[in-house]
Amino acid sequence: MFTATMAALLAAMILALARLYMGPTLYDRVLAANAFGTKTVLMIGVMGFLTERPDFLDISLLYALLNFIGTIAVLKFFRYRTLGDRVEPGEEGQ
Amino acid sequence: MSAMIIDAFSWALLMAGSLLMVVGALGLIRMPDFYTRMHAAGITDTLGADLILLGLMVQAGFSLVTVKLLLIGAFLFFTSPTSTHAIANAALTAGLKPQVGGADAEDGAAEKEDE
Repeated sequence: MFTATMAALLAAMILALARLYMGPTLYDRVLAANAFGTKTVLMIGVMGFLTERPDFLDISLLYALLNFIGTIAVLKFFRYRTLGDRVEPGEEGQ
Repeated sequence: MSAMIIDAFSWALLMAGSLLMVVGALGLIRMPDFYTRMHAAGITDTLGADLILLGLMVQAGFSLVTVKLLLIGAFLFFTSPTSTHAIANAALTAGLKPQVGGADAEDGAAEKEDE
């Protein structure tokens, strides 16, 4: 049962990776990376049940948090080209 | 008997979730432009993830594992649409135009040749 779910998730991850590689725009890649991250979360969770070690769920939860923050960070970086406060032209010295 | 019912129920949930995941990934590959791809991936991801997590919850019964699964599910339920919206908003702000008018738009024509 868990093996079938793992297989489906793996297939979906490979397809998401293909889109990540093909592009064509930056946003396609970000979207594919986000989808890939969601599938990673699920795969780690299912993996824990498959090997009867549900402690893996902690790692899964961590991945869920990282995935969201990572997506937002990448988007913010490509919008403003910086991750901190936006530096206006002329006030770099402050 | 009851174990069999639980197994069947969680099997159905897991399979429904897996199906949604694969369909979403296929849409991510096959759709013609960015916004349709986002539609395919963003929506199916949310429901598919929560279905798979529900299936695991049915397997786990009442324990700490279920609480963790519930946490992951709640988090994904809120963040997945949020990040999809953020990506769409960023793309629209950056000036990426949705493809309108089907195969005669040049983007669509290029994709058609690939198939």
